[in-house]
Amino acid sequence: MSRYSDLTRLPDARGRYGVHGGRFVSETLSFALEELERIYAGLKDDAEFQAAFDYDLSHYVGRPSPLYHASRWSNELGGAQIWLKREDLNHTGAHKINNTIGQALLAKKSGKPRVIAETGAGQHGVATATVCARLGLKCEIYMGAEDVERQKLNVYRMRLLGAEVHAVESGSRTLKDAMNEALRDWVTNVDDTFYIIGTVAGPHPYPAMVRDFTSVIGREARRQSLEQIGHLPDALVACVGGGSNAIGLFYPFIEDEGVAMYGVEAGGEGIESGRHAAPLAGNAPRGVLHGNRTYIMSDEGGQVLDTHSISAGLDYPGVGPEHAHWKDIGRVNYVVANDDQVLEAFREVTRIEGIMPALETAHALAHAKVLAREMTPDQHIVVNLSGRGDKDILTVARIDGIEF
Amino acid sequence: MNRIDQCFARLRDESRKALIPYITAGDPAPQYTAEFLHALVEAGADLLEVGVPFSDPMADGPVIQKACERALKQGTRLSHVFDIVREFRQEDTRTPIVLMGYLNPIERMGYDTFARECRAAGVDGVLIVDMPPEEADELSVHLNEHALHAVYLIAPTTSDERAAVIGRHGSGYLYYVSLKGVTGSASIDVEAVSRQLAHLRQFSDLPLCVGFGIRDAQSAAAVAQVADGVIVGSALVGLIADNADTPDVIATKLAGTLAGMREAMDRT
Repeated sequence: MSRYSDLTRLPDARGRYGVHGGRFVSETLSFALEELERIYAGLKDDAEFQAAFDYDLSHYVGRPSPLYHASRWSNELGGAQIWLKREDLNHTGAHKINNTIGQALLAKKSGKPRVIAETGAGQHGVATATVCARLGLKCEIYMGAEDVERQKLNVYRMRLLGAEVHAVESGSRTLKDAMNEALRDWVTNVDDTFYIIGTVAGPHPYPAMVRDFTSVIGREARRQSLEQIGHLPDALVACVGGGSNAIGLFYPFIEDEGVAMYGVEAGGEGIESGRHAAPLAGNAPRGVLHGNRTYIMSDEGGQVLDTHSISAGLDYPGVGPEHAHWKDIGRVNYVVANDDQVLEAFREVTRIEGIMPALETAHALAHAKVLAREMTPDQHIVVNLSGRGDKDILTVARIDGIEF
Repeated sequence: MNRIDQCFARLRDESRKALIPYITAGDPAPQYTAEFLHALVEAGADLLEVGVPFSDPMADGPVIQKACERALKQGTRLSHVFDIVREFRQEDTRTPIVLMGYLNPIERMGYDTFARECRAAGVDGVLIVDMPPEEADELSVHLNEHALHAVYLIAPTTSDERAAVIGRHGSGYLYYVSLKGVTGSASIDVEAVSRQLAHLRQFSDLPLCVGFGIRDAQSAAAVAQVADGVIVGSALVGLIADNADTPDVIATKLAGTLAGMREAMDRT
């Protein structure tokens, strides 16, 4: 028995993780969430459904993804051995596809012909558009107007895949506003529409469902660690926006007391500058947004604050409720990497390992670097290399003063 | 007795239906809101719904989203909304006020402080859009303690099971959302609403008021035939938006629109 055994029994019947989570939605959506909860509860342990999910993960996504020993980078840093869980090698280039495969199968099962999703960096939007193309579902994606601007390539990818992309002009014009707009769409078209949420946030049962689908990452990483390292790693590192790739890696290790965990939030220009997207590391107050109670960056009057990050995918003022709970009980350490450290890690791993990470992922790499140097060469760190960086080339080029 | 209960008892005695306008507090600026509320009462409002501006109004359409943006730009926070209610109460101690908004500002203030402040300012009930009864147990304790009503939404998608729960937990009145969608969207289907309300009567004795999609005197009168009250929001907030640059004319325009609705409702 581990002192963390209770963690695998969450959420409770009300969708709570300690005081976090729940289902804070307007009445019109309550029935749809009850229905989804029923459908998911019925399929979760259904052998046929799981077999279909596993089949798609192997043959469409290309799983298992490798656990790669970044030996040259590890040597250069002179500390712990760094292993990269290569989610960037998945079809569509990020971990997001694992969850969308699962939810699209649910959409199909529930007989809803239309799918909507919100997206920040566009990775979840692309993953959703991809599975919808394959399953013949109509797909509409909500994306903040600012993100549409900084992630043009992904917008065009979604359109090529047949999705309609709506640029959201309200509020801060980023991920949170895209989610507001997706919720407004859902409340209007709830009869025929399935909402594929892209992270471990939102009303119950989404956080649990997304966690379950994305936990394939950690299950593989745990097995691969035992095979390749010979034992469990000493630490896990993953970036946290809403927190799906981090939960995917952490959850299957959550009872392993000897495995330290680091969730890396977007420090932006630094916590002290106020221009960041780090509700956990920045000690944001508890609140309710997008259907769940969690830590939310808000002002004294409870208005949600604008966030800042170099990466669109982490530019979100809240965080999944299970992470909020893990912070409360001290299971996971939540830290930040600032924009400049992120760029440095991006360039370093690209040059030294020939792997170009997404800017979101580079947050995890930036912290792995700090951590590795505090550790010894006989210790091991597994980093979730959650996505590839092709989508960010234009952003980085712009910083380098190059326009195409 | 809570002002809301008094109000509906009086209306029942007079065989009239409640006319309930909604405006967002602080739109276009906080100093105007109390004046607008008085004008609405003079034009025939029975009960007032006052919106607490929020940065992420997920259940609202563009009209009320923009109202929130205007109010927030002027610095209107929940504490200022209490100031507005207090100001209104200096002259009007009879018309019930229901605060309508989202949970986050209340979570930030703390449930106990919120309920106490509501009571002290002269608020009679609260309607929190993203707090269904299942999530309301903690706040309910504080609302009860301060004799505040909890108004809940019922939607066309609400199951009978849920309607029974909502009927048990709600107080003051029930707010029937006439359509699937956000505030200010498509027009209302009065016949469908009528059927739904008849069905819902079995779950609660509370007055059933209808909102979403009521935009003119004609639809207000039609809904008044089948419901206990008519709630009108976006149509009024749209007037405020159109005249935001000349706030002095807004009270008169709001009163004109509402008086037209009152007259049409009372005529039928």
